[in-house]
Amino acid sequence: MRTKEDPLVPTIPTGVPGERLRSVASGPDAFGWWGMWGLIATESLLFGSLLASYFYLRFRAGAGAWPPAGIHKPELILPLVMSAILWSSSIPVHIADQGIRRGRQAVARFGLLAGFLLGATFLGIQALVEYPKILKEFHPSTNAYGSMFFTITGFHGFHVVVGLLISLWAQMRAWQGAFDEHRHVTIQNFAMYWHFVDVVWVGVLFTVYLSPHL
Amino acid sequence: MATVTTAPLEALEESWYEPPGLISWFTTVDHKRIGMKYLVTALVFFVFGGIESLIIRAQLAGPNLHVVNPEAYNQLFSMHGVTMMFLFATPVLSGFGNFFVPLMIGARDMAFPRLNAFGYWVFLAAGIFLYSAFLIGHAPDAGWFNYTPLSDAKFAPGINIDFYALGLVFVAISTTVGAINFIVTILKMRAPGMSINRIPIFVWGELAMSFAVVFALPPLTVACVLLELQRRFGFHFFDAGSGGDPLLWQHLFWIFGHPEVYIIVLPALGVVSAIIPTFVRRRMVGYTWIVVAEMATALIGFGVWTHHMFTTGLPQIALSFVSLVSFMITIPSGVQIFAWVATLVAGRPVLKTPMLFVIGFILVFVLGGLSGVMFAAIPFDAQVHDTYFVVAHFHYVMVGAVIFPLFGALYYWLPKMTGKMMDERWGKVSFWTIFVGFNLAFFPMHIAGILGQPRRTYTYPGGLGWAVPNLISSVGSFLLAAGILITFVNWAWSLCRGAAAPNDPWGGDTLEWATSSPPPEYNFETVPTVRSLEPVWDQPELRDGAQPPEKGGRILLGGHLTLSTSMLDGRPRAVVAMPHATAWPLVATVGLLFGFWGVVFGAYLLAGAGALLFAASMVGWYWPKGETQEG
Amino acid sequence: MLRGTPARRLCAPVRAQRWTAALVIGMALACLATACGDPASTPASMLNTAGPGANRVEHLWWLLFGISTAVFLFVAALIAAAIVRRRRPSAGDPSTDPGAEEVPRWGERFILVGGVVVPVLILSATFVLTLHEMSALAKPMRTTRLSVRVVGHLWWWEARYPNGAVTANEIHIPVGEPVRVELTTADVIHSFWVPELQTKIDQIPGHTNELWLQADKQGRYRGQCSQFCGLQHAHMIFFVVADPPALFQAWESGQAAPAAAPMSPAAAGGLAVFTSNTCAGCHAIRGTSAAATVGPDLTHVAGRATIASGTIDNTPANLAHWITDPQEVKPGAIMPPTQLSPTDLQDLVAYLQSLP
Repeated sequence: MRTKEDPLVPTIPTGVPGERLRSVASGPDAFGWWGMWGLIATESLLFGSLLASYFYLRFRAGAGAWPPAGIHKPELILPLVMSAILWSSSIPVHIADQGIRRGRQAVARFGLLAGFLLGATFLGIQALVEYPKILKEFHPSTNAYGSMFFTITGFHGFHVVVGLLISLWAQMRAWQGAFDEHRHVTIQNFAMYWHFVDVVWVGVLFTVYLSPHL
Repeated sequence: MATVTTAPLEALEESWYEPPGLISWFTTVDHKRIGMKYLVTALVFFVFGGIESLIIRAQLAGPNLHVVNPEAYNQLFSMHGVTMMFLFATPVLSGFGNFFVPLMIGARDMAFPRLNAFGYWVFLAAGIFLYSAFLIGHAPDAGWFNYTPLSDAKFAPGINIDFYALGLVFVAISTTVGAINFIVTILKMRAPGMSINRIPIFVWGELAMSFAVVFALPPLTVACVLLELQRRFGFHFFDAGSGGDPLLWQHLFWIFGHPEVYIIVLPALGVVSAIIPTFVRRRMVGYTWIVVAEMATALIGFGVWTHHMFTTGLPQIALSFVSLVSFMITIPSGVQIFAWVATLVAGRPVLKTPMLFVIGFILVFVLGGLSGVMFAAIPFDAQVHDTYFVVAHFHYVMVGAVIFPLFGALYYWLPKMTGKMMDERWGKVSFWTIFVGFNLAFFPMHIAGILGQPRRTYTYPGGLGWAVPNLISSVGSFLLAAGILITFVNWAWSLCRGAAAPNDPWGGDTLEWATSSPPPEYNFETVPTVRSLEPVWDQPELRDGAQPPEKGGRILLGGHLTLSTSMLDGRPRAVVAMPHATAWPLVATVGLLFGFWGVVFGAYLLAGAGALLFAASMVGWYWPKGETQEG
Repeated sequence: MLRGTPARRLCAPVRAQRWTAALVIGMALACLATACGDPASTPASMLNTAGPGANRVEHLWWLLFGISTAVFLFVAALIAAAIVRRRRPSAGDPSTDPGAEEVPRWGERFILVGGVVVPVLILSATFVLTLHEMSALAKPMRTTRLSVRVVGHLWWWEARYPNGAVTANEIHIPVGEPVRVELTTADVIHSFWVPELQTKIDQIPGHTNELWLQADKQGRYRGQCSQFCGLQHAHMIFFVVADPPALFQAWESGQAAPAAAPMSPAAAGGLAVFTSNTCAGCHAIRGTSAAATVGPDLTHVAGRATIASGTIDNTPANLAHWITDPQEVKPGAIMPPTQLSPTDLQDLVAYLQSLP
C-alpha cells in the first residue's frame, strides 16, 4: 500500500514577486466541488418536480381514491429495510472521504467498496424482490398511481446505478493510488453525489410509501 | 514545476497553442472558439426560425390564402417557437457569454472547458435532431407549449411529438451544463480584486440566467420524460381517464416556461448595461439597483407561471395571488429602465450603431413590458389570452429584448471577436430597417388581437377587419428580415474588407477591452488584478492585457493555468491546471445523438449502441492524463 | 475613438427620430381608429361590446391603454431629452476620460421614484381595480335561469339545452338575460370565446368550467375556439344568437321537437339516402332512425346559418360540396367524403334543407 506523507502542500509561483499559490485544490477551492453542487441543485429540482407531480395527481384524485380502488396501500416493512441499507451505505462512503483527506489509502479503498456493496444490495432488493411483488398488484400502465410509483422509484434507482458506476471508477483510481491528502476531488465529488442519492430517498420514501397512509 | 522563464510570452504561447485548421475546431476547448461556434450556430438556427416565420407571414398576408396546408402550417409555427426559444435565443447569448464572461472577469478559460465543448456539441446535436424531423416530414406540430391531450398518442399518433419531447430533453442537457459552467466560472474564477461589487453587470446577467436555468429546466425535462413515457409505454400522467390531468402538463411546462423568458432576457439586459456606459461616457447609475433587480427578476419569475393559465378555471384566490406577483415582477424591470435612462440623462450619448440598438431596445421593451402588465389584470387577460395581442406582446418582449441587444452586441463585440470593424453606415441602415420592420410586423398584431383574431390559426376569413393589420405585419416581417440580412452581409464584408479593430475601439470600461482584438488564446498576458468596477477606465496599466507583476499581474507559467479565487472578495486561492483540446466531448455527443435517434424511431439497438459509445467516451474523457485535477 | 463631425453624427439620427415619432403616433392613431371604427367591419372585436361582461373589460382596457400610453410617452420623452441635451457644450471634454466624473447624486433617487415608488402606486391601484373587476365578473348581476351545456369537439361545438334541444355551432340566448354556460370537451382542450359578450374560458378534459353570457342587444355574435386544438383550429367558429325572449322561447321549443317528416318526394328520398349511407353512422336526426352522436345533431340543420362550424354558409350548393368533399372545404375534418349519385345528392340536400 502506497501512502504519501508529504507535509508540504504543492505550490506554484504566480509571477508576482515572492508569491506562490497552491497548485492542487479540494473543497470549495476546486471547481469540481461547485460543479457537483450545481448538479445536485438541478437534480433536486428533477426529483422535486416528480414528487410535486405525484402530490398534484393525488389531490386531483380526491380523498379515498389514492391509491385507486383495487390497489392496497403500500406495505412498509421491506421499503424500510431497503431504506436502512441505503442510508447506512453513506457511512462508509463518508469514512472513505474523510480518510483520504488524511492520506489513508486503505480506509478510502475499503470504505468505497463497502458503500458500493450496500448500494448494490439496495438495488438488488428493489429490482428482484420489491418490483416483482408490486407488479403482481399493478404495473406502470394500470393508472396514474402505478405510473407515478414506478417512475419515481425507477428514476431514483437509475441514480443509484449511476452512483455505483461512479463508485467503480473511483475505486479503480483508488487502487491505482491516484488519490492522496491533496488530490482527492474524485472521491469528494462521488461522496457528495452518493449522499445526495441517499438524502433524496427520504423524499421518495415519504412520498411513495408513507404518504398514502396519511 | 517550471518557473518564470526569460521569455515568458513564448512560454505562454506554447502552453496555450491552438493549432490552425479545421480539425482543431472539432477538438478545441478554448472558450472563445466555443463561444464563436455557439454564436454562429445559433444564428444559423435563427435564420431557419426566421424563414419559418416568413412562410407563416406569407400564409397570413391575406384572408383564405393557400401558401401551405394546415399540417405544414402547424409544423412551421411549432418549430418556429421551438427554434427561437431553444435553439436561438437561449444559446445565442450563451455564445456571447462564453466568449466574454472569462474575458470580462480576467480568467483564461471557463471552469470546465471540456464540459463547455460538450455543451456546445449537445446543443448542435439537439438542433440537428429536431430538424431531422423536418427531413422526414414529421416535425413537432402541437405548438411550442405542446399541450396535452393534443400531444398525446391518441390525437398525435405520428412521431412528431416524440421529436419534441426527446429534443427538448436533449437540448436541456446542453443548457444545464452550460449554466453550471457559468456559475462556477463566475463565482470562482474572477480576477484577483474583482470582489462581488465589481462584477460587470453583463456577468451578473449571465449568473442570474444560469441560476434560473438550473432551477427552471428540471420541470420541463420531467414533463417531457413523463409525456414520452405516456406516449410510448402507456403510462398515465396527463390523461383524465386514468387518474391523470392535462393541467399537470401546463403547470410543469409553465413553471419552466415563465422563467425561460427571463433566462433569455436577463443576459440581453446585461448586454444593454454593458453597452450604455461605453456610449454615454459615464459610469452606470445605480449599479447595485440593477444587480438586485436582475436577481429579483430571476427569483420572482418562478412565482408567476399560472399567469399563462388564467383561463383554465383556477380558483379565484389563486388567480388573485398570481395577479399580484405578476404586477410585482414589473418593478425590477422598471428599476432597470430608469437606471438606464438616468445614465443616458447623466451622460452624453454617442449614437453609434450599438447605442442605436440599445435605445431601440428600451423603447420596444417598455412597450412590451406595458402590454405585459396588462395581462396581470386578469379580466383583460381573459379577453386577449391566446389572441394575436399576446403574440404581439411576447414578440415585443422576446424579439425586442433579444434581437435589439443581440445586434447591438454584434456591432459592439464582433470587432473584439474577429479583429475587424463593421461598417458604421450600413450598421445604421440595418438598425433603422430592423426598427421600422419590427414595429410594422408586430405592432398591428395588438390590433388584430383586439379585433378578436386567435393565434395559431392557419387562415382567417375576410370581413372581420383582420386583413389590414395582417398585411402590414407580413410586409413588416419581410422588412425586418431585410434589416437582419444587412447586418449579416456587413459582418461578412467586415471579415474580408473591414478595418483592423484596435484593442479598444469604443473606449469601453470592462476587461475585454484590455487585451488585443481578437484576444490571444490565453486572453491576458498576465491575469490582471482589478481595483475598480470599470477597471479599464481607472487602471491605465491594464491596457494591452499585460499588467506588470508589481501592479498585480500574474503570468502563471508552466502549463494551461488559471486562478481559482474566493467567491465574495476575489482573493487568489489556488492555481488550477486546465485541460487541453480533446475530441471526447464530440464523440460523447455523437453517442447521445444516435441514442436519441434510436429512441425516437423505436430502434432500441441503435439507442443501445449510442449509449455504449457515450459510456466509452466518458471513460476516455476521464482517463487520467496526469495533467489536470478535474477528475 | 469617438470622432466624426458633430453635424454628421447628428443629422441622420434626428431625421430618424422624426420617423420614429411618426411611426409611434401613427400606430397609436391606428389603434384608436380601430377601436372607434365601424362595428360592422369588426364583428369579433372586444371593443364592440354588447354585454355587461365584455363591457367591463372594455372599460378596463381603455384605462390600461391610457396608463400605458402615458408611461411610454414619458420614458420616450426622457430618452429624447437625453439625446438632444448632449449637444450642449460642457467644460472639458468628458469623452476622453469617462472615469473622471462620478455617478450623479440624483441618480439613485431618480431610480427610486421612477422605478419603484411611482410604479408601486400605479400597480397597486390597478391591482385593487383588478380584484374588483374579477369579483364583478365572477357572477352575473341576476341569477341565471337558463343553463346551456357546450361540449367542444374536433372541430365543432355541441350545445345542449335543458329542454332536450341539441344543436351545433349556433347558440341561441334570450336578450337581456344572463345565461349560464357549462363547458366540457369531448377530446382535446378548446376555449370558448365570444369577444363581444364575455371573456374566454378553456374546456379541459376531466374538468368542467363555466361562465355566464349576457347580450343586451339582439344580434349574432361571433365566437371562436381560442386554444390551439389541431389541424382545423382555424375553423372552429360558432355564433351566439341573442333573440328577443319570445322568439327565443319559440326557437328553444322548436329545437327540442323531432324532425318534421319529409314533405316532398325528394326529401323522402333524401331521408332514405341519409339513413342508408354512412351519414347515419355519425349524425343524429331526432325522429328518424339516425341517432349517432359522433358528429353534429342535424335535426334542425336548415335553421343554422353556416355549416362545418362556421366554415361556409349554409346554402344548397355549399352543402352538396361539403357532403361530397369535406376534405377540400376543411382539410383534416373528421367527416369522410361521401360518394353519391347526382340525384341522391340532390335529394339529400333537399331533405337537409327541409329541416328548419
